[in-house]
Amino acid sequence: MARYHSKTTVLQNDWDQVASAVWQRYPNPHSKHVLSEDVISRKIEDNKLHSFRLLTKTNHLPKWGERFLPTGTPKFASIVEESVVDPVAKTFTTFTWNLNFTRIMHVREKVVYSVSPENNDWTQIHREAWVSSGMYGFIRAIQHFGVDRYKKNAEKANMGLRLVLDKLFNKGQEVATEQKPVEKKGLLKEKAKVAKEAAIQVAQQKAQQKQGTLM
Amino acid sequence: MNSVGSECTDMKRDYDQCFNKWFSEKFLKGDRANEACTPLFKKYQSCVKKAMKVKEINIEDVERTILGTNSEPQKPPSAKPSSEESTSTSGSS
Repeated sequence: MARYHSKTTVLQNDWDQVASAVWQRYPNPHSKHVLSEDVISRKIEDNKLHSFRLLTKTNHLPKWGERFLPTGTPKFASIVEESVVDPVAKTFTTFTWNLNFTRIMHVREKVVYSVSPENNDWTQIHREAWVSSGMYGFIRAIQHFGVDRYKKNAEKANMGLRLVLDKLFNKGQEVATEQKPVEKKGLLKEKAKVAKEAAIQVAQQKAQQKQGTLM
Repeated sequence: MNSVGSECTDMKRDYDQCFNKWFSEKFLKGDRANEACTPLFKKYQSCVKKAMKVKEINIEDVERTILGTNSEPQKPPSAKPSSEESTSTSGSS
């Protein structure tokens, strides 16, 4: 069972500019967690550009999550980005997912950059993410952490893209979206609750380990 | 931006420069021929494949088509319309 999250944003740049900027979005001040990016393969099929890219990112986990990593585990996450650019339909679709640590947390993201239905000179970014975990007993805590981190990273991705657009084309503005302060407060409460639940589960597991009942 | 193999970063930069120019000046304007950057890409690729082996990242794992296939995840029926930000639980993984 995966947690699903989606968000739509609009940029006041035309689609051609955004498509070019997507390839050039790293590095930017909001992408310090991205360690490397490489193109693994590219081909044109049916007039569309298909690419596979490999990204490595730092894999920050909260203290209660680090216990899942055996010593000697590489500290970076490997992420695959599959993409299709259709210059006729003016759609740029990416699908990214992590190659490693998938049992702990599996994050898949689909992003579609297309012409905004509000204005032909603007671009709509529609992001969707699915966050799941196979760690029995910790699924809810990990999913909450995962969705929370994903939302922050998606925001960084949009901010980074706007900066790169500004640098390349001198204009990278997002159409203002309202912030909901009540929602924020709710999220903080939820975060604290999840951290507490995770701590209780960790303590229970430790107790079980002592008794030798944990498999 | 760095390559996964630090020794490949310069080759990556040369290829990226060629690709970005071709993408905005040719591909987006209807010219689909893409041989111009092939020699640079071959050189860069050969370096990256070696670096991936060292880091134990499997190339077959990377080149797995998911978009447009049954493996592509779907929006859960319970999710709100996508014009808003929303988080929900999906029955499918």
